[in-house]
Order: sequence, then structure tokens, then C-alpha cells
Amino acid sequence: MYSEKVMDHFQNPRNMGEVENPDGVGEVGNPQCGDVMRITIKVDEKEDRIEDVRFKTLGCGAAIATSSMVTELAKGKRLDEAQEISKKVVADALGGLPPQKMHCSNLASDGLRKAIEDYRSRHGN
Amino acid sequence: MGKSTNSAIFLDNAATTRTDPEVVAAMLPWLEQNFGSPATLYSMGSEAKQAIESARQSLAGLIGAESKDIFFTSGATESNNWVIKGVAEARAGKGRHIITNEAEHHSILMPLRHLEKKGWDVTYLPVDSDGLVDPDAVAASIRPDTVLITMVHANHEIGTIQPITEIGRIARESGVAFHVNAAQTVGHIPVDVQALGADLLSLSGHKFYGPKGVGALYIKRGVRIIPLLHGGSQEKKRRAGTHNVPGIVGLGEAARIASRDLVAEADQLGSLRDYIFAWVEENIEDVRINGHRRRRLPNNVNFSLEGIEGESIMLSLSYPTAEGARPVFISTGSACVSGSLEPSHILLALGMPAELAHGSVRISMAKGETREEIDYALEAIAAVAGRLREMSPVYKRGNKKCAAFDKTEGCDCEAAG
Repeated sequence: MYSEKVMDHFQNPRNMGEVENPDGVGEVGNPQCGDVMRITIKVDEKEDRIEDVRFKTLGCGAAIATSSMVTELAKGKRLDEAQEISKKVVADALGGLPPQKMHCSNLASDGLRKAIEDYRSRHGN
Repeated sequence: MGKSTNSAIFLDNAATTRTDPEVVAAMLPWLEQNFGSPATLYSMGSEAKQAIESARQSLAGLIGAESKDIFFTSGATESNNWVIKGVAEARAGKGRHIITNEAEHHSILMPLRHLEKKGWDVTYLPVDSDGLVDPDAVAASIRPDTVLITMVHANHEIGTIQPITEIGRIARESGVAFHVNAAQTVGHIPVDVQALGADLLSLSGHKFYGPKGVGALYIKRGVRIIPLLHGGSQEKKRRAGTHNVPGIVGLGEAARIASRDLVAEADQLGSLRDYIFAWVEENIEDVRINGHRRRRLPNNVNFSLEGIEGESIMLSLSYPTAEGARPVFISTGSACVSGSLEPSHILLALGMPAELAHGSVRISMAKGETREEIDYALEAIAAVAGRLREMSPVYKRGNKKCAAFDKTEGCDCEAAG
């Protein structure tokens, strides 16, 4: 059902946990639907870059794998670049997702965007 | 029987069981040598006919029926569809009301929805937080136009055994046909159509170590039912189609073996089941046991783990990363596995909050299951639960509020967290 890459990220998730004193936090999903993701970021203010990013996720294999992949894709990117990471980009980087998982479990990029927005609102830009 | 290839531990026997080697041996001659159709008159045919009648007797013996009241089908899904559509049609002149409960199997609920679209009225009785139907509620819902009551004997997901004998008595007193879906019980606990008061009873071979694709419907003499499959004159013109001879022989052999082994199996698995419950409550935090503690299948265990999701539990157990680790196969009521956005309708019918239903684990054992394998599986489940909870943004240790949810009061997990 899942690609090898999805299974790899599910079994060996990258950047799991929470950034200490995060500059931005994004939480998406709903426990009633079985998926909740919490993305925390540390931003290099001078460079406008994501210095560190971590995730915590409740959800299925796809939910965990997409969260892990989003952190990998976002790390070191400029905020405007990281904001462009879409569901499709995440799914493609994982070698594809089963169609029914594209919408319900592929929320990690939304979580990242929310974390960036949170950072920007805190910094008044 | 608990063992499978590449040393996986198979604990999903409520879905399907491994075909007993004795059953396979009994079937082989009917695949390799005698492939005749029992409908034909030459010797191959009459031998096949004899084999079918012998299987019919074994099966009838297992459920306390007369062999002439046993009709072979392709399995419980067909039997259930046949009952619902066939009794509804036969009795449409009398009325168009059917009684069932919310926590039935889809092979009951979907044919009923089909009838609802055509004008039938269906009462879905609630179940309590253990999954039990109240017989008084059945009695109270009977109307002059009620033609059928259909109740599962034991629930496939939570193992709760319904008060079938009492419901059967109510049905008989009201003159309403009574159907029991016994797919999970036949071959595992004693099933007697007389004692249960069943007019119709469905069963499936692969649920008790028989082959897939074969089952039966018990139809008490005198119960009116229109065929689902029209065609040849097989099964006294009530179920057309060339007999699945190897399958039926296998089903008969499974029935013969079950008659011999059933009591010992129920005894052995029942104590393993209680051992698992005790272990889980002792060793895993924030867990809720689902289904009735005593009135339940001996081979069924179901519990919900707070703060995690079932598919990730199932995947972690099926694909362990440690070298040499044994895969463990279980089932879950999570939406990710049901193929819809909703978690198991059965767990929701108990009044369980969706977030807890997503984290459910079902362990269903086969005869011969060992304490050693169970210990291995339990350790693996506890480890996976620990790892996923560490990853979970919502899990709060000691959040007993949800584990102790009450159907009447409900539970607000978000408020509790």
C-alpha cells in the first residue's frame, strides 16, 4: 500500500519532537479525524531561514511520513521557499501516496505554513 | 495454528483463519481426482453428492440442526443477504418492518439500507457501552408489520455475545422470523439453533479453520424465503449454482473437527484472553477494554489506546524494524483502515469518542495459540504504544477521563486534555 520511502519515514522519522522555545508553532488536524500535527520552527532572523524544524504527529502511516518529510524539505530553506512546499511536493518526495491519503493525512505542509505565519505574526511582518 | 510463514504472529483470526491441515487433506481428492458435479448421474456425480450430504450432516450436527435444513452458500455475506432480501420479499404482503441493531456487520447493514431505499422500514436498536442489545427494547420495537428480527450472535470486532435466547423467545412469541448471524461463533462456542430459537442462522467456513468461499444458511422448516440466486435445481431449488464440492467437503470437515475440539479450544483461548486483559491493564497506561468482559468470545480481545492511531499501531507491528523481530498481525477500528473517514461504526455505537475509536486494537486468536507468542505480541504492542505516544502531540499521560467514558454522559477528550 505504501511506497518504500513512506515506510522508511514512518519507521525512521526525521526531526521528531519539539523545538525548544520555538519561534513559530503550527498545529493542524483534529483528533476526532485521527490526525493531528504540530510543527515547531526555529528561525534565523537575519537570513529569514528555517534553522530548525520538528514535528509531533498523531495519525496513520502517511500522516507520520508526510510530517517527517516536510521537516526534511523545510530545514535550511528561506521562509518564502518553505511556504511553497505543497501537499503535492511532499507526496512526490515520498514516491507518491495512496489517493485516499492525499487529503486526510497529508496536512504537514499546512502545519508548516501555519508555523511560518505564526512566526511572522509574532514578528509583525 | 497460531504460527504462520516467516514466523509472523497472526492475531487477526476474526478476519479469517488458517485452513486446518486436516481440512485441506479432506478437500484435495475433490480437487485432484473427483471433479464431478453432484448434479450428474454417473458415478463421479453420485460420489460428490454423497460427500456433500455427509458434510451437511457434520455441519447440522455442529449446530443442532436437521441436515435437510442446511443450505450451502458462498459464505456468511451471501447467507445474510439471502435472509434479508429473501424474507423481506417473501413477507412483503404482511409488512415491511425489520429490527436489527446499530453495531451489526456490514453484510447485514448494507442489504438493509438497500431495502430502505425500496420502502422498507428498519429499526436500528442502540447497544450499551459493552455492545449489548436490550431484549426489552427488541420487544418494544415489534410492530404489527414487523417481519424479521436479525441479530448478530457475537460481534466480530468487540466479541460481545448477545442475549440471543431471550431475543429468540420474544420473536417466537410475536410470530416474527428470527435470524442470527453466527459467523463469529460457529465452531468457537456451542451454537444450537433450537436453544437459540433461531429460524435462520448464517455461518462461514473460513472463520473456523475451513476454506474461504463457502458457508451455509440454516433455514428452519416452514420459514418462507425467496431464493437470492435463481437457476439450476441445486439445494432443493433454493440456491442455484453448481456445488462448490471441495469447499463444502472442507466446511464439513471443519465442522467435524470443531465438534471434537471446540470445548477445549474455548477453554484454552478464554484463559489466554483474560490473561491479555490483565496484562494490558497492568502494563499499558490509559487503555480502555472494549466489549463485555465476560459475555464475550473466548478468542477476542479489543482495547483502545489513548493518544495514538490504529493504522500506525498496525503498521508498526507488521513491519518491525529490529533485526530478527517477528511481525505481529492485529486489526484496528481506525478510519484509516476502514477505508472511510469514520472510525468503526461498532465502536462509535458503544458511545466511544471518535479519537478513542481510532486507537483501537483487536487481537483475535486461533486454537493452539501459545502464551509465548502472546507475551511476544504484548511486549511489541506496549513498545509501539510507547513510541507512538512519544510522537503524539495530543497524548497526555494519565488522562483517565476518556478511558472511563460513560455512554450516557459522553466524554469530551479535548476538554480533558
